[in-house]
Amino acid sequence: MTRRTIRKLVNLLALGMSAVATAIGLIFLGAILWTLVKDGVAGMSAAVFTQSTPPPGSTSGGGLLNAIYGSAIMTVLGVLIGAPIGVLAGTYLAEYGRNSPLSSVIRFINDVLLSAPSIIIGLFVYELIVVPMGNFSAISGAVALAIIAMPVIVRTTEDMLNLVPQGMKDASTAMGAYPWRTITSIAYPAARSGMVTGLLLAVARISGETAPLLFTALNNQFWSTSLKAPMANLPVVIFQFALSPYDNWQQLAWAGALLITFAILVLSIMARVAVSRLGAGAGRK
Amino acid sequence: MIHEPRRAESHGAGGADAGRRFGDGGLNLKPSGRQHVSESLEGGSPVGEVSVADAVFSCRDVSVFYGDKQALKSVTIDVARRQVLAAIGPSGCGKSTFLRCLNRMNDTIPGARVTGTITLDGRDIYSKRQDVAQLRARIGMVFQKPNPFPKSIYDNVAYGPRIHRLARTRADLDDIVFTSLQRAGLWDEVKDRLSSLAIGLSGGQQQRLCIARALAVQPEVILMDEPCSALDPIATAHVEDLIEQLRASYAIVIVTHSMQQAARVSQRTAYFYMGQLIEVGDTDRVFTNPQHRLTEDYITGRFG
Repeated sequence: MTRRTIRKLVNLLALGMSAVATAIGLIFLGAILWTLVKDGVAGMSAAVFTQSTPPPGSTSGGGLLNAIYGSAIMTVLGVLIGAPIGVLAGTYLAEYGRNSPLSSVIRFINDVLLSAPSIIIGLFVYELIVVPMGNFSAISGAVALAIIAMPVIVRTTEDMLNLVPQGMKDASTAMGAYPWRTITSIAYPAARSGMVTGLLLAVARISGETAPLLFTALNNQFWSTSLKAPMANLPVVIFQFALSPYDNWQQLAWAGALLITFAILVLSIMARVAVSRLGAGAGRK
Repeated sequence: MIHEPRRAESHGAGGADAGRRFGDGGLNLKPSGRQHVSESLEGGSPVGEVSVADAVFSCRDVSVFYGDKQALKSVTIDVARRQVLAAIGPSGCGKSTFLRCLNRMNDTIPGARVTGTITLDGRDIYSKRQDVAQLRARIGMVFQKPNPFPKSIYDNVAYGPRIHRLARTRADLDDIVFTSLQRAGLWDEVKDRLSSLAIGLSGGQQQRLCIARALAVQPEVILMDEPCSALDPIATAHVEDLIEQLRASYAIVIVTHSMQQAARVSQRTAYFYMGQLIEVGDTDRVFTNPQHRLTEDYITGRFG
């Protein structure tokens, strides 16, 4: 065998193994999506969007309206709390305190937080808010989601700001711009698409979280908009209903799972469109 | 013009030292056979005319340290009004570091330390009361790589006037943008697409845009750090013509690796080597009759 043949064989082997690995991944993804769509669509009905979750014992009817509302409100609140803190912390790490020892500590802790089990964060918020308040509440759920979203946002903000060419920032500094001006007028616009992507990753992550909500927002069988009361939400409803013995409950769980997946898909597409529009619109005076 | 033509000391022993250093085998042959005023590297004060009558910047004993490393060693030099000063020298000789002292851009580098005094119009720019942003607003800077902001052509030029609130009305701002682009020789090329992104311009156009951006804040001095090193010859010629025109109203300090460029655009030339200012004087004189051996070695291409 010549070197050439050996090289070709090795290449073929590597290519083959990569293809098989990709295929295995795709097969499972396809299977999950297929089951989700098949059972989810079967569980879909107008009632899903118009009625609240069915009471225990009822074997027909019921919807997810309260859970959809609850998930949306807590995700939005979580992002509203987590995003400003995350963006500002990421800005500190990338711009103000790039080389300070404090930054290394924050960066390390952020990485730990990034991979912390979400149930731990649920327990933390339980001790922090639920116990003093005396009951489960939507606001504690939002705080738990915010804490989960934060490290993702910190990390992507820092990474994206670091990708902005130093020469661009120097040019602004040399014009006599104070650091805050350089950051808000030059660095943020330049890093915008990456930062928005990071934000969406965070939304995607928290919109499917179940564990932290079990200890915080819990669930609510009824329609409730109070932030001080327990609130229904899709992940916990899916968890409870999927384990229930009732067919209509299980069907609702499938419908809920499809809804979350679909919402994240729509959100991602919207973000991509928005980011590309923003990029093109940046040239307007 | 020339205040006190400083006569640098001649070092007899230093000459042999310099000869060894640069591989003349101690023979100390001078290719030109010319008598040099100085041949030493360890002189302290530079050869030539350090001071000028109408100085914008006066630098006295300026040293810069990056951590433990000394990048600039006790440089004393004036920058004259309405004149181009070229800083030449091999890579790492401290010429860019010197340039960055003048608008305190070295402050942005962690661990950088500047000693000595630099005055702008007689006032110490490193004084505690000096607002760095205000100082930089009076000094335009053009970088090696064109670095337009990710904004429209209009917004790039309007950036400085906006942050320093130089325009009261939209019409004022339009006027500043127009004048700056006109002065940078870019107006005719971009007047129909002021709202398109600056990134879409060619390299040479981007660099002129960066010059227009610097002019928009009406600076007193323009610092240029190898402004043509990323440009092709035609774009370079454009920028050099521009420097020639700007000289009528601004003091310009240009760092360049091209000695031809230094000879073409500058009236005074400063030669830096290993963090020291070796020689400074009228460009014609420095290039035709260098008084320091190291200067001659450099401009005749014997090293660097």
